[in-house]
Amino acid sequence: MMSKIVRTQANFLYPFILIFGFYIVAHGHLTPGGGFQGGAVIATGIALVIVAYGYDRIKSWIKKSTLTATESIGLLCFILTAFIGIGTSFFYNFLANSGLLFGDRVSYGVNPGYLNTAGTLPIMNLAVGIEVLGGLGAILMYMMSYGKEVDK
Amino acid sequence: MSVWDFIITNAPALAIAVPLLGAFLTPLIYRAGRKTALIWVLSVLSFTEFLALLLVYLVNTYGIQVYVFGGNPSTLVIPPDSRGIPIRIIFTVDGMSAFTALISSTIGLVAGIYSVASEKGRGAQDKFFALLLLLVVGMMGMALTGDIFNFFVFLEINSLSAAALVSYRIHGGKAVEAAFKYAVVSSIGALMILFAIAILYGEYDALNMAMIAERMYQTGFSTMDIIAMALIVVTLAMKCGAVPMHYWVPDGYGEAPGEISAMIMVASQASLYGLFRMCFTVFGLSANTHSLGWFLIILGLLSMFIGVTMAFLQHDIKRLMAYHSVSQTGYMLLGVGVGLATLGTSAFNQYGLFAMEGGIFHILNNMLYKGLLFLTAGAIIYRVGTSDLNKMGGLAHSMKFTAIFYLIGALAIAGIPPFNGFVSKLMIYESVYQLNPFLAVVAAIVSMLTLASFLKVFHSAFMGPKLYNVKEVPKSMLIAMGILSFFIVLFGIFPNIAMTYLVAPAAHALADPVGYITRVLGGGP
Repeated sequence: MMSKIVRTQANFLYPFILIFGFYIVAHGHLTPGGGFQGGAVIATGIALVIVAYGYDRIKSWIKKSTLTATESIGLLCFILTAFIGIGTSFFYNFLANSGLLFGDRVSYGVNPGYLNTAGTLPIMNLAVGIEVLGGLGAILMYMMSYGKEVDK
Repeated sequence: MSVWDFIITNAPALAIAVPLLGAFLTPLIYRAGRKTALIWVLSVLSFTEFLALLLVYLVNTYGIQVYVFGGNPSTLVIPPDSRGIPIRIIFTVDGMSAFTALISSTIGLVAGIYSVASEKGRGAQDKFFALLLLLVVGMMGMALTGDIFNFFVFLEINSLSAAALVSYRIHGGKAVEAAFKYAVVSSIGALMILFAIAILYGEYDALNMAMIAERMYQTGFSTMDIIAMALIVVTLAMKCGAVPMHYWVPDGYGEAPGEISAMIMVASQASLYGLFRMCFTVFGLSANTHSLGWFLIILGLLSMFIGVTMAFLQHDIKRLMAYHSVSQTGYMLLGVGVGLATLGTSAFNQYGLFAMEGGIFHILNNMLYKGLLFLTAGAIIYRVGTSDLNKMGGLAHSMKFTAIFYLIGALAIAGIPPFNGFVSKLMIYESVYQLNPFLAVVAAIVSMLTLASFLKVFHSAFMGPKLYNVKEVPKSMLIAMGILSFFIVLFGIFPNIAMTYLVAPAAHALADPVGYITRVLGGGP
């Protein structure tokens, strides 16, 4: 566990890092970035609290098994989204221009970028984001669990 | 639309989607118990095997299958608003792809059955089986894809899952070191392939193999193409373990569990498939296939000879077999290299095609007998606990079936008549002799040395007084070895079955890049 200054800073920054990560995931189809990059940013939030509070306290807050399950669920969401479109073809974008979720049409020409477009792409970005946050989080937790042994 | 129609329409996509879904669900299903997870994994692998057989049937009956991911309909290769470029990921399944997909899914199924007993009681099995399925996905994807960037993605899936599986038995850090070596070598190779893809993409504005091949043919073979070709050919030759780049093979194959060695061996055959696909389909029309073919022939000769002579020095059973896989890869490079060197000349129809059929038949045979030998080595290590040949002996007293299976595999790899190795080796000798007699002489000598080496192993592991009081291995391992032995004998006695339905369509598909390109770009049935 680090000093009170570091912990206060971490407490302050943690929600902003999460929001920034989810922003990158959600705007994956509009701006640079996407599921992987956003998930990695969220995982840095986990890294920050691990560093600030130490592995011993974090392991009761964030469970490794939860993170690995999150990883599997993210992957499943991705492949199931691909499977839903298989009536036409695998990975078919059945939501694009449908008027439903993420289904707005985009007119030709310059525009500021509309969030509610692109069909299955944002959904797949979200799935990848969930997967990467689980996977990288689990990797961090496993690495820190060995780091503790070396300390002693 | 009935279920059957649905499966037939979507077969190329399902062949990777099903094992992918299986891999992602395995860690969750494993929480319900090992037995449930095993049933799930084996049924996914069986269904994948069925899909691969279906692909072979479809390709043999209806010709090349094209599947467009996300296309509406799934056969729409060039959308009307794409200015004539196939922009989506396209799977193109011809005879050679279906052949490679079939051997990949077969070894996956056999390894799955084998690991039911061989991995019992070990930790992290949910991840083991998930990675096993991912390795199948990587091999199948490399075989089926018609998109050069997609090929790179599946190559990465293949390398990463294989590296993780090599390290599964930590073995005091040795297996981890071997896996790290494999991962580093594969990553450097993958970066080289990525660089080559970037060159081709920058030059031709396309990632589809057929489109690249067509535009390359129209604009002529430039210096940048030569650089891209050199990067791709060398990297894939490294991934399949040809000789100057074979240093990762003994470590990787030697430290992995038995069934994983067999699977990585087939994964390297998938890289070999990629090498042939690039040489014939992408560069075949534009490049100088004569010198490219001789390059493969020389790689093949080096691999054959150095592989077998290095195997003589080994006293670790798995490392010995790993060097033999290097040597066997040489036969395939030799056979297909002779086909490539004669492509487009009259010699191709005289003996070049026959040499290619021999080389491709050897891929199938190598999967069967080399897989069987790795499984028997795994069985010996499972019971005896050591891979050192000097410490083994007299195992035939108690492990009778394993001894018989080993003998079948050893005689098949040495090319003794009633087994399948004889057929493909004879085809290679007869055809490469006509290009240059020296090639056939080297191939025959290497075959004899192989026999000597495997008899040495048989003698030190199975013969002699009884040293170990061990039982025969569990049933699931015997079943896995039995399946491979059955096909070794079947294809040894009736080679025509494999020749007609698998090997000849594969060789014809490779030798016909124009047909591949027209089918993808020109529409048609």
